[in-house]
Formats: sequence, C-alpha cells, structure tokens
Amino acid sequence: MMLEIRDLRASVEGNEILKGVDLTVRAGEVHAVMGPNGSGKSTLAQVLAGHPAYQVTAGTARYLGKDLLQLKPEERAREGLFLAFQYPVAIRGITNSYFLRSAVNALRKHQGLPELDPLDFLQVLEEKLKAIGWDDTFLNRAVNEGFSGGEKKRNEILQLAVLEPTLAILDETDSGLDIDALKTVADAVNKLRRRDRAFVIVTHYQRLLNYIVPDHVHVLVGGRIVKSGGKALALELEEKGYDWVKPEGAGAAGAAGAAGAAT
Amino acid sequence: MTSIEAQVLQPYKYGFVTDIEADAVPPGLSEDVIRLISQKKGEPEFMLAWRLKAYRHWLTLKEPTWANVKYGPIDYQAIRYYSAPKQQPRLESLEQVDPKLVETFDKLGIPLAEQKRLAGVAVDAVFDSVSVATTFKETLAKHGIIFCAFSEAVREHAELIERWLGSVVPYTDNFFAALNSAVFSDGSFAYIPKGVRCPLELSTYFRINAVSTGQFERTLIVAEDGGHVSYLEGCSAPVRDEHQLHAAVVELVALENATIKYSTIQNWYPGDAEGRGGIYNFVTKRGKCAGKNSKISWTQVETGSAITWKYPGCILQGDNSIGEFYSVAVTNNRQQADTGTKMIHIGKNTRSTIVSKGISAGHGQNTYRGLVKIMKSAVGARNYSQCDSMLIGDQCGAHTFPYIDVRTSTAIMEHEASTSKIGEDQIFYCKQRGLSAEDAVSMIVNGFCKEVFKELPMEFAVEAQNLLGISLEGSVG
Repeated sequence: MMLEIRDLRASVEGNEILKGVDLTVRAGEVHAVMGPNGSGKSTLAQVLAGHPAYQVTAGTARYLGKDLLQLKPEERAREGLFLAFQYPVAIRGITNSYFLRSAVNALRKHQGLPELDPLDFLQVLEEKLKAIGWDDTFLNRAVNEGFSGGEKKRNEILQLAVLEPTLAILDETDSGLDIDALKTVADAVNKLRRRDRAFVIVTHYQRLLNYIVPDHVHVLVGGRIVKSGGKALALELEEKGYDWVKPEGAGAAGAAGAAGAAT
Repeated sequence: MTSIEAQVLQPYKYGFVTDIEADAVPPGLSEDVIRLISQKKGEPEFMLAWRLKAYRHWLTLKEPTWANVKYGPIDYQAIRYYSAPKQQPRLESLEQVDPKLVETFDKLGIPLAEQKRLAGVAVDAVFDSVSVATTFKETLAKHGIIFCAFSEAVREHAELIERWLGSVVPYTDNFFAALNSAVFSDGSFAYIPKGVRCPLELSTYFRINAVSTGQFERTLIVAEDGGHVSYLEGCSAPVRDEHQLHAAVVELVALENATIKYSTIQNWYPGDAEGRGGIYNFVTKRGKCAGKNSKISWTQVETGSAITWKYPGCILQGDNSIGEFYSVAVTNNRQQADTGTKMIHIGKNTRSTIVSKGISAGHGQNTYRGLVKIMKSAVGARNYSQCDSMLIGDQCGAHTFPYIDVRTSTAIMEHEASTSKIGEDQIFYCKQRGLSAEDAVSMIVNGFCKEVFKELPMEFAVEAQNLLGISLEGSVG
C-alpha cells in the first residue's frame, strides 16, 4: 500500500475542514479527487504535504509504511511525496535550474547519492525535458517570477518530471489553463505514469480527466469522501453537477473555512 | 512561537582578541591628544593644523539625532583615540611584521605573507590605529600607482594629501566627519595616475582589537583622467560587552573619464541577541565625479555593527558622469541600520542608479534614507531608485525615507519600492521540494539580493553570500 488515509480530520484556525477522510492509493494508480468549491480538496492536498497552517486533529495517514503525519514537510518531499501547487509561489532572483538542482541535490543527499554539479545536472535536465517533449525556455527564468498562470502550472509539472516522486499530488493543476495548455500538461503527466508511481489529482472539473484517465474517482463534499467509483463517475458528475451527491446539510460550514484557507 | 520567529544567533566568527602589546594614548580627547597623535605619526605641520581646525570646529557641533536609531549617550572622553601594536617604527619588509599580527590576519582570511597572498588582490591591513602591512606595493609602483597606509602617504606624498584631503568631505561636513578629521589615525591612500587601469583589486582590511578604542580611519582614493580602480574594504572586531565607536571618512575623487568602484563588506561585531556590545558605525563616505564622463560606484554589504549610520554618496559634477549605489543591509537581533545614499546631480546628463535591499530579522530595524538632488544646471539628469525591504518574522521593522529635490524640468526620475515578507508559504514551497528551512531562507534572501551581489568583484561575491547566510542563520527555525 502506498498511501492509506483513515478518518483524517484537519482544521485551519479552529475551523474543521476535513471531517474524516478515508482514501487508499496503491502504486501505479491514478486517483481523482473531485468536489465543489470549498469541499476540502486543496486542504487534503496541503495536509498530506504538511503545510503548517493546517492542524491534523484526528486520524492517520501511512505512506510507504511510515507515519506520514510525523514527518516534516521536507522529509515527506525527500521520501518522494510531491505536491504540484495550485498557487505556486515566486522566488525572485533564483533561476529555475538553480532551484531544481538544489531540490534534486537535497533528494540525492537523502538517498546517500553524491550531489550533481551544474554541468551534470544540465545533462539530467535535458533528458527529463526530452522525455516529456518540452524545451528549456523556463530554465533560466526566476522561479515563477512573472509567469502566467499557465506557465506556473507547467513549471510544476516540469519539477515533477525532474524530481521523479513516488506519489504525486496535483492540486487543481487544470485551473486557469486553456485547452492547449491543458493538453500539454496532461500529455506530460501521462508520460510520467509508471507502475511504481501513483497520482492523486485534485480537480473541480471533469475535463482534465478526459486526458488523464483515472483508475478511481472520489467525490469530496463537506470534508468527507461521499462517493467513490471508476472513471464513469467523473462523467456523471460533469453531467449532473455535485448537488445529487451532497448529503443533507453538508458543505456550508466547511465551504467557508476552506475558502478562507485557500487565500 | 512559529518557526519563523525562532531566534538563535550564530556565534560571531571573528570575535577573537589578539594579545599584543600596544602603544596607546590614555582615553580622552584634547588638543594635546591630537598633537600627540600627529607627533607619533611624524606628520608635517599642515596636517596638525588641519586636525586642530577640525577639532575646534567639532567642539561647536552637536551629535546628530535625526537618524532612526536609538542608543545611549556616547562619552567621548572615555574613548581611547590611538592604539597601535608596538613594533619597529619603520618596516623594511613584511618579514618584520609581528608574527602575531600576521597570524591575526591569517585567521581572518587575509594572508599577508608573500607566498599565501590572494592572487590579483593587493591588501592594506589596518590594525586598530595603524596600517601594519601593504602587499603588492612594488607591483603597483611599476604602474605609477600609489597604494599605501594613509599615514605613510601623509609623510611621503604630502602634496597629494594636502591637495585632495577634505576636498569631498570637508571637516565641517558633519559631527562624525569633524571628529574623524581631528583624530584619524590611519587608513588607506590610493592614487591612480592618468590613463592607468589598476591591474589588481585594491583592498583594505580594518580590524579593531584594543579595548575601549575607537577606530577613526580615513581613506582617500584619487583617479586621475582615465584612471580605473576597483577597491574593496572589509572589517571585523572582537566580541566585547561594551560598544565601540567607529567613525570613518572615505573620500573618492574621479577626474575626467575615470572610474572608481568601491565595495564594502562590513562585518563589525553586531552585539549579542540582547543588544549588548557591538560597534557603532558612524561613517561618512562620499565620491566626487569631478571630471566629464567619470563614474563612481558604491557597493556595500552590511551585515555587522550594532548601529549603522552611513550614506555613501556621489557628487556628479562632471557632465555625463555616473553615480551608482548598490546596497544590502541586514539587521538581525537588536541591530539598527539607518543607511542609504546621496546623489547630487550638478553636471549635464548626469545619471544615477540606486538599488537598496534591506533585510530585517529578529528585532532588527532597517531604515533606507536617500537623497536625490537634481540642481538647475543638471539638464537632462536621470535617476533610477529601487528600494526593496524584506522582513523575516514579525518583531522587526523596515522604514524608507526617500528625499527627492528636483530643480530642473528636464530631469527624469524613477522610483520603485517594495516590501515583502518571507512567508510560511515561500518556505513551505521550498520545503516541499526537499530543501531545509535554512537553505530555503538562504536561497530566498540571496535571490532578493542578487542585483547587488552581481556588482561585487568575483572574489568577494561568494564571501558576501556566505556572510549573509551566517548573519541570518537561526532567524528561521
């Protein structure tokens, strides 16, 4: 089992957003977590990555046999957990290639491998870019500085490709992308699918799932997974909206809290 | 306490004391003390007369209080104005320098011994009140370049000193400049003759060692027509519980088509986490672009001192002359800095660029204070100013006081300012990619300062980055 989440509850500033999430992810699988705005989707992604603004109040999360919640964010990253951010931050004056090399070397150090010098790294980088069919236009620009929304999302996927995580969580990677950019990103993700790598794709809309076909689809409403199924479920949601899966009275309180947390 | 608030100061690395016998005057300031200093240095009459005029003027002045810094009263009679390691009065060669001094500078990473010298950098080493050694003098002399201790220049090149001393910063300039003019002990002098491009980086390393001693050095650099020079100063001091005063004056003169690049890496002892001890750094630095097409560029990385009060500026007198100011100022713990620049445009088509980066952590208070003055004669003058502040934690402060005085309608002024905070989100983003909190802060801060670091001479850019890492270590947990 790669990731096993049981009854996970989490709050931000005293508002409970996740109200008992259960989710099991195996190697090689692609899971889509869908849900209306404010249902707690992004919170789930942030909590798994260890964002300090969220307090886990109950439940467990095991990742590769370890207690995920006991690991610091950087330890989770070094153990192969990657989060593609919904709102990637900019780092002024630091080039993407320098940032990526620092990240790769942090992982290599953790694995007991020697660090890569800039020349060796450049070679590795070129191979990775080739594998997803992208050019090197981003590399000498400062990390996310002055990037358009689409460029930021692409940059997250580039980092994913270079860091080769075991578990990749994509937080609304499709939001703000036009159809061409969406295809480019989806195409890269598909090329990165492997038997020993799992994806958790958090999304509001079904359209990304036309290009990245999930093995499992879960519907998160009011901080709980209220329905799970195969890829057909995503299409059904597209057609009918989220109202039909909402349990009575759920949603409102969690929605306010999650919306606040996302800013 | 959030992780960002955790404050632990990395011990100051250069805080050791050298145990060496000193020839010092008793604490206190009077005309007799000034006569004694002048006599010890074997100065010509004009020098003593100038010192005394400065002293008499200083007596009429009051310590300035307008800076955005707080400190207790300074007892000027408790300070020792001269302290020098005992050694032979005139050294024939470096081999005669006291081994303890050579060892001190070795420990600071400034090798003076012939075989270990930094390639491409000539160093003047100043220990308390005197210059103890200058390297590569002969190599420089071949090009007609004079690079020596200030006191030596006063004796050997009196006509140059008499001509240029006080020509940019007169002794009447301000309280600390007047004090310095009265009691200055040593420093560096560099003279670049007509058309000569200095083949080496010139560098002075200032070390305060003796207790209760003020350091009042004076640096003068003159570049004749078409001369080029790049100069760097570094500084450090032992860890002591009481404050020590450092009041220096630096004057630069660039004649027609001359270029002077002056870089500072200032790492005076900053005091401890509670604000005990540390250097009071009250410095007057100014350059005069006297000739057409001349250029003076100041780059400073200020990580030390309990209090910094300094405004390296340029008087852009020659037509088409250029003034630049690139600064990184860091205040951590209880450090306070009030620093910036003055750009005075007099000549036609003069241009100035100001890039200031202030970083505050702990309880540090960082103030940018800058004046851009465009005189009526400065037709077509241009200024670009950029002041960026970065806050780490929520106990520190950043303040910006830009003064702009424009007297011609043909001037073009641009001013940009920003304040940012290293937030949890930025650090979290880096951590999510596997970086430690410390690496994340170092990366974010270095990126923030990049525009300034790229102005530093290659040899010192790495040192500056490391220094910044050390000064901020522990500011984020």
